[in-house]
Amino acid sequence: MRPFRYVRASDPNAAARAVAANPQAKFLAGGTNLLDLMKEDVERPTELVDLTRLRLADIRATSAGGVSIGALATNTSTANHPIIRRDFPLLTQAIVAGASGQIRNMATNGGNLLQRTRCQYFYDTAMPCNKREPGSGCGAREGLNRIHAIFGWSEHCVATYPGDMANALYALDAVVRVRGAGGRERTIPIGDFHRLPDDTPQRDTNLQHGELIVAIELPKSNFAKNSYYLKVRDRASYAFALVAVAAALELDGGTIRQARVVLGGVAHKPWRSREAEAALSGRPASDESFRRAAEVALADAKPLAHNAYKVELGRRAVVRALMRASKLA
Amino acid sequence: MSDDFDGTDELDRAAPPELTADEEALLNEMPTLTDVGQSRRTFLGQTIAGGLGMFALDLLALERSLAALAPSPEAVYAASAAENVVRVAFNVNGVTRTLDLDSRVVLLDALRERLRLTGSKKGCDQGQCGACTVLVDGRRVLSCLTLAATLDGREVTTIEGLANGDQLHPMQAAFIKYDAFQCGYCTPGQICSAVGMLEEARRGDVSHVTEDVAVTTTQLTDDQVRERMSGNICRCGAYPGIVAAIQEVHSGRQTAQTWRFVDEQQLARVRTEDANEAV
Repeated sequence: MRPFRYVRASDPNAAARAVAANPQAKFLAGGTNLLDLMKEDVERPTELVDLTRLRLADIRATSAGGVSIGALATNTSTANHPIIRRDFPLLTQAIVAGASGQIRNMATNGGNLLQRTRCQYFYDTAMPCNKREPGSGCGAREGLNRIHAIFGWSEHCVATYPGDMANALYALDAVVRVRGAGGRERTIPIGDFHRLPDDTPQRDTNLQHGELIVAIELPKSNFAKNSYYLKVRDRASYAFALVAVAAALELDGGTIRQARVVLGGVAHKPWRSREAEAALSGRPASDESFRRAAEVALADAKPLAHNAYKVELGRRAVVRALMRASKLA
Repeated sequence: MSDDFDGTDELDRAAPPELTADEEALLNEMPTLTDVGQSRRTFLGQTIAGGLGMFALDLLALERSLAALAPSPEAVYAASAAENVVRVAFNVNGVTRTLDLDSRVVLLDALRERLRLTGSKKGCDQGQCGACTVLVDGRRVLSCLTLAATLDGREVTTIEGLANGDQLHPMQAAFIKYDAFQCGYCTPGQICSAVGMLEEARRGDVSHVTEDVAVTTTQLTDDQVRERMSGNICRCGAYPGIVAAIQEVHSGRQTAQTWRFVDEQQLARVRTEDANEAV
């Protein structure tokens, strides 16, 4: 690991200012991804601004029936919070589908959103990677790309966003509240938070350097009764998704009033299929409706040499997640 | 015990080992344990080229560190060896420790190389194996991915801190009773993780295999134990014993141990019989 200056932030504005002042500075929260990447010499910050003493871990109900989740609340405390378990069980399911007990105890919600890809070429500094070293090429495009994207990739990058939590947040219409160095706050809808790679894959998100995530806000949800997070991976636990589906339905009797279908592990960001959602709206909650939605959801998939399996797996995962959400399976 | 711990109090002050001329030469070229990065790797490369085995290397490393530390403790951790030094005062197994650490030092290395608490193990060193699991403020975490600098004022419990004097922690006793290990390398992490995990279960925390997350239960099925312990890998595959040990502590229902250690008399008798047979 390369040397870095360690600074303990006393308040959020000071933290944002400190990072904004140094292009090579980074925020440190749980450290579960950042420390790993620093040991691998992928991340090379010259300064870490420790956020762990900031009071940004509150989880509280909002007056509108939603919830505000502090950026520094751990994944464990978020997943197990009574409001989240009761009103947003999809989020609980997504969080506990990821990582391990130890890591969820350390990892924060803000950090979870900022996880970097698990592409092997990104991690291996001997390999070309436009995300790690812009202009060096993409090792995965013509290399081993079994775990890579089937949607939204570019010739510059075929990596996927590895997280689970953000997929559920997208289905739950979350917004991310961020604070800049000047203390000004803005909100970013979760769907606009992560980016597609295009020709700047080194940028994972639309955060400005020095902008600090302070909270994730969820509006009142009508999906608490009928939602399901399905994660398919190479082993039963403690692995990243090959394909994941966050499915949420609002049912009126047997009829779908509205739906959310978000796929994970298939693109550089959580991949929402508004087409599938439209195909479900007004339809009966049935195997047949779900199959049609799954066809629509995967229709535009563009698999690479080694991941065509994700298209069929994605279809089946969408059907399965919707069946579970509607309690038909 | 002093409240202010300078990192050397607990070191064995063994007599310098007898070394061959070759070993002596190698030893003198070797950097100290504070510098476990590139230069140590360089040293290892040179030494392997010189034909010494890994076992000898480990011994040399240990002896070098002891020899260097005993006469002049401060020299080893001189400021020149560390960069961006951060002072951290934290509680480890009930004792306040104050260390001046390079900002890069993770908790695992602070425990093993500064406090000589080598129970916590370095497996993958990148958060994939769980061998380094310890409790921070009662919660299980990975010490390999925790910067020591972030722990000022925190409370750390390692495998060394679980027992009450000579009385093993129930989880330690259960691991022995159920033969929940083979090589033992993952065991300290498994035990610390299990202790933290049962506290999570007692609170009613959910897991990936919880059927309905809106319903709170504190009872763990074997599937629940396996899922909740998935962050601890055991290469020997001692999982059945691990699950059984955890379930005994979780349930509080003691079952009879099916084996016991031989005592000195029995051992002597067996040896005598063996000797007779040999004749």
